[in-house]
Amino acid sequence: MAAAQAVEEMRSRVVLGEFGVRNVHTTDFPGNYSGYDDAWDQERFEKNFRVDVVHMDENSLEFDMVGIDAAIANAFRRILLAEVPTMAVEKVLVYNNTSIVQDEILAHRLGLIPILADPRLFEYRNQGDEEGTEIDTLQFRLQVRCTRNPHAAKDSSDPNELYMNHKVYTRHMTWIPLGNQADLFPEGTIRPVHDDILIAQLRPGQEIDLLMHCVKGIGKDHAKFSPVATASYRLLPDITLLEPVEGEAAEELSRCFSPGVIEVQEVQGKKVARVANPRLDTFSREIFRNEKLKKAVRLARVRDHYIWP
Amino acid sequence: MMEEDQELERKISGLKTSMAEGERKTALEMVQPAGTDRYCVKFVLHKEDHILGNSLRYMIKKNPEVEFCGYTTTHPSGNKINLRIQTRGALPAVKPFQRVLNELMNVCQHVLDKFEASIKNYKNQKASRNEPTF
Repeated sequence: MAAAQAVEEMRSRVVLGEFGVRNVHTTDFPGNYSGYDDAWDQERFEKNFRVDVVHMDENSLEFDMVGIDAAIANAFRRILLAEVPTMAVEKVLVYNNTSIVQDEILAHRLGLIPILADPRLFEYRNQGDEEGTEIDTLQFRLQVRCTRNPHAAKDSSDPNELYMNHKVYTRHMTWIPLGNQADLFPEGTIRPVHDDILIAQLRPGQEIDLLMHCVKGIGKDHAKFSPVATASYRLLPDITLLEPVEGEAAEELSRCFSPGVIEVQEVQGKKVARVANPRLDTFSREIFRNEKLKKAVRLARVRDHYIWP
Repeated sequence: MMEEDQELERKISGLKTSMAEGERKTALEMVQPAGTDRYCVKFVLHKEDHILGNSLRYMIKKNPEVEFCGYTTTHPSGNKINLRIQTRGALPAVKPFQRVLNELMNVCQHVLDKFEASIKNYKNQKASRNEPTF
C-alpha cells in the first residue's frame, strides 16, 4: 500500500524538498514501471486532456492545461514566443529628421511598436525584394513638425504650453494603403495597437518626416515580431499536511504560505489548519525555515497540470 | 495559442512531406552510423531546435518498441538537431519516427480543438452573465 503510493507519487508529483527538488523528469515511459501500460494511446490522452480558460480579456489570458506532458507544453511555450508571426515595422525611409533622436535609434523604436494587423492575411516578403507589394507590406507615414505656440503666456515654462506638437506619439502615424488594401481593410482597422506610445520629443524647428514599411516576421528572427509580452506556465501546487496542525501552530502555518492558501478553522474549540486553495501559492518555501512545522507539510507539484497566467 | 498549434502542425507536416520526397531544401537527412543495421538510425533535422526535438523524443520514447531515443543540438547558435533512434529489432528505426510525426499532429489537433471549445465556452459564459466580452 505504501509502496503503491510512493510509486504514484513518483509518477505524478514533483516534490519540493528542503534542499532540492525530486522526481523532476518524466518517467512514465513503457517498461519503467511494472503493472502500468505507458505506451502512447491517443484515446487515453484525449480522455484525460482538458483545457479550462480561467480569465480572458483584451491583453491577457489565463488558462489551465491538464493531462499533457512537459515536453509538449514547453514546445507550445517556445512556439508562442518565437514562431507565431506578427507584423512589425522593418524598413524606415527617413526623408527628414532634424530631431535630437538619431535615425537608427528612431528606427529601432519604431520597429518595437505593436501594429494591429492580422498576420494571417499577409505573406512573407521574399528575400531580396526591395519594394514590397500589397500582399506583404503595410505602409505608415509619420510627419510631425514642432512649432512655438504664439499664444503662450510670457513667463510660462511649461513645455505643453510653450510648444505645439513637441511630443510625437503613435497616434501621429497614418496608414497609407497600398494597392487594394483600402478595399480589404476598412478605415481605422490597420493602426498601432496603442496610440499613446511616446516615440520622440521635439523642440521648435525640429521635424520628423519618414515612411515605414511593415512586414510579417517571427520572433526567432527579431524579438519585435514576438506576439506575446510574455508566455509562461507553472505547475499546480499540491500541499499536503502530513499531520494535523492545531492551535498557535495553525496560525503560524497559515502565515508561511501566500494568503488564502491555508485556512484556519475553529473545530470543537480548537483552531485547525486546512489547505484551502493551493493554487494561489507561490512556493516561497518559507515553511522550511520553521523548525517545528517543516516536517508537517509536503510540498509538491502536480506533474501534468499546467497553469498559464 | 491557436496560431501556435497550427504552427506546430505545419512544421510537422513539412517534415513529413520532406521525408516522402526524400529531400526538400535539405530539411531532413538520415545517417546510418557505421557498423549498424537499419534498427539504429540518426536523423539530422535542419532548421529545427528544442521545440520539435524534445516533443519528438518524448513521443518516440512512449513506443514500447523503441530501445533508445535521444536528441542533441550541435551548437546553440546552430540550427539543426541530431535525433537518434534505436529499436529492439522488430521494426526498422524509420517506422517509429514516421508514426510519431502523425501522432504529434493528432495531439496538436486535439489540443487546438479543446482549446477553441474552451474559449467559446468561456465567451458564452460571460455573455450569459451579461459581462462585456471583447
